[in-house]
Amino acid sequence: MDNQNTFGILNIDTTLYKTRITKKFQNRKPYQPADPRIILSFIPGTVLDILVEKDQKVRKGDDLMILDAMKMQNKLKCSMDGIVKAIVVKKGDKVSKGTVLIELE
Amino acid sequence: MPVNKKILELQEKREQVLLGGGEQAIEKQKAMGKRTARERIMALLDENSFNEYDLFVEHDARDFDMDKKSLPSDGVIIGSGTIYGAPVAIFAQDFTVAGGSLGLMHSRKITKIMDHALKMRMPLIGINDSGGARIQEGVNSLAGYGEIFFRNTISSGVIPQLSVILGPCAGGAVYSPALTDFVFVVDKISKMFITGPEVIKTVLGEEISMEDLGGARVHSEVTGNAHFFAMSEEECFEQIKKLITFIPWNNGKKAKMFEPGEPKPEYNIDKIVPEDPTLPYDVKDVIRAVVDNSDFFEIMQLYAKNIVIGFGRMGGRTTGFVANQPLEMAGVLDVDSSDKAARFIRYCDAFNIPIITLVDLPGYLPGVDQEHAGVIRHGAKVLYAYSEATVPKLTVILRKAYGGGYIAMSSRHLGADFVFAWPSAEIAVMGPEGAANIIFRKEILSATDPDGMRKQKVEEYKAKFANPYVAASRGYVDAVIEPSETRKFLMHSIEVSENKVMVMPAKKHGLPPF
Repeated sequence: MDNQNTFGILNIDTTLYKTRITKKFQNRKPYQPADPRIILSFIPGTVLDILVEKDQKVRKGDDLMILDAMKMQNKLKCSMDGIVKAIVVKKGDKVSKGTVLIELE
Repeated sequence: MPVNKKILELQEKREQVLLGGGEQAIEKQKAMGKRTARERIMALLDENSFNEYDLFVEHDARDFDMDKKSLPSDGVIIGSGTIYGAPVAIFAQDFTVAGGSLGLMHSRKITKIMDHALKMRMPLIGINDSGGARIQEGVNSLAGYGEIFFRNTISSGVIPQLSVILGPCAGGAVYSPALTDFVFVVDKISKMFITGPEVIKTVLGEEISMEDLGGARVHSEVTGNAHFFAMSEEECFEQIKKLITFIPWNNGKKAKMFEPGEPKPEYNIDKIVPEDPTLPYDVKDVIRAVVDNSDFFEIMQLYAKNIVIGFGRMGGRTTGFVANQPLEMAGVLDVDSSDKAARFIRYCDAFNIPIITLVDLPGYLPGVDQEHAGVIRHGAKVLYAYSEATVPKLTVILRKAYGGGYIAMSSRHLGADFVFAWPSAEIAVMGPEGAANIIFRKEILSATDPDGMRKQKVEEYKAKFANPYVAASRGYVDAVIEPSETRKFLMHSIEVSENKVMVMPAKKHGLPPF
């Protein structure tokens, strides 16, 4: 097994404990607040259609893209009023969950 | 003596069916390092104890040329037998027959033995080795799965249900094991997933092997779906047999008593726990220092190792152990360890097994990931499980018992019947460092030597609160005991709790924070 005899230090309420640290804890992702300027895929799927163009003005609630996933054509909505800064994916791309699709500004 | 022609005919019929999917398919099964379904049953049950039923059942599907196909026993063996004399009902899917696929009659056989097990109040063992639904039978095979899940649920908490995954178990099929009490897996043989690598590749373009997606190791270490991990089928069967000795046949009985035996002298209970509460040790050594013959049968050894669960015997009686493990993540409670402990506590409660809780934890694991993973909801399961349990509940506070962790770990306040504490116990609202920083904040900040002042205040706090005597003065702790007295106190407590009566208010069922 991994790290069977290596101990780390875990801080609980400012007390430092000598203990084995799990991989899961070591690899945990640091928290990042949601950014409305970045449109992420909320589900793995295929980009079926892109409904906006670069530099296009968009409003909150506009349809940006159709993501085909789980036998559904999901509309991705715009999260803020702004301009399409970049379209990172193209039609037909397969994307995993959390992939950056469109950047707004 | 002339042999009756009809008997000969029966013998011939049997021989045909007993070959399952035929020699070629059996060879293939062996090449995968797997035993046949029948061999597995024979290896698991007491010699000559197996009585088989429904040997001659056949499917009557007509579509897709199924009417031309004969599937011996419809790909599953059912029957009953004994393990160390304990009656068990058993089914084993036969991968050599149409890949162990589940059709209507296949499922009818399984539900028949499940109904039998429930009616006769005996444990049910299911050996899963199946490619999934028999597509040719359409919705009938879905109906079959549903009827199995329904029975798993109805039988839950009445009879022990064990699932043994000895091959693929994919799609809807995985939910039967998930609904049962204990899931056994074997390295490189067991595979469990809802959607397999092929589907994931087609839909997402992600490539992953079956082993990495849902192999035995993954389910034992990462998902927590499996409770027992073995390197071979033989080892797996030994684990099943051993488990059967610890549990009662049904929820109306107690587990079989065994001849008591003293713990081994190499587990010296006075020397296991370091005095400094920040130093690690293996809490399993403490358990081995108190149980009969130092024989501790651990469950979920590889998952959420910061809590230890399993069975041992105290004076010959099966006892469930729940213990914080300072060796791993300082023994904190977190999402996974809460889940693991709570389920086991409910198992013990359902099957009349007293619970001994060994406490040494700094509290809950801090972090955004924990909070967002629902540590409130999952942590609450521990509180719920302990509070709801009416079996004898014994608690020993070995060292740290801080804050919410103290309350959660079978405290007096959640209905523990006996609470003991070692002299090294520190029962307080939080660790001395954290507490001193808050209580003496002003003094520390305004001191000319803040670090010196902090140290002094920490020592003050330690001397006053980091001990078992404040809790003992309130009666929250029944006795402060020497480590070497632990076994004696626990044995006595279990003995006098033998006829514990605890009546809960009538309800349809509670609403645990699932």
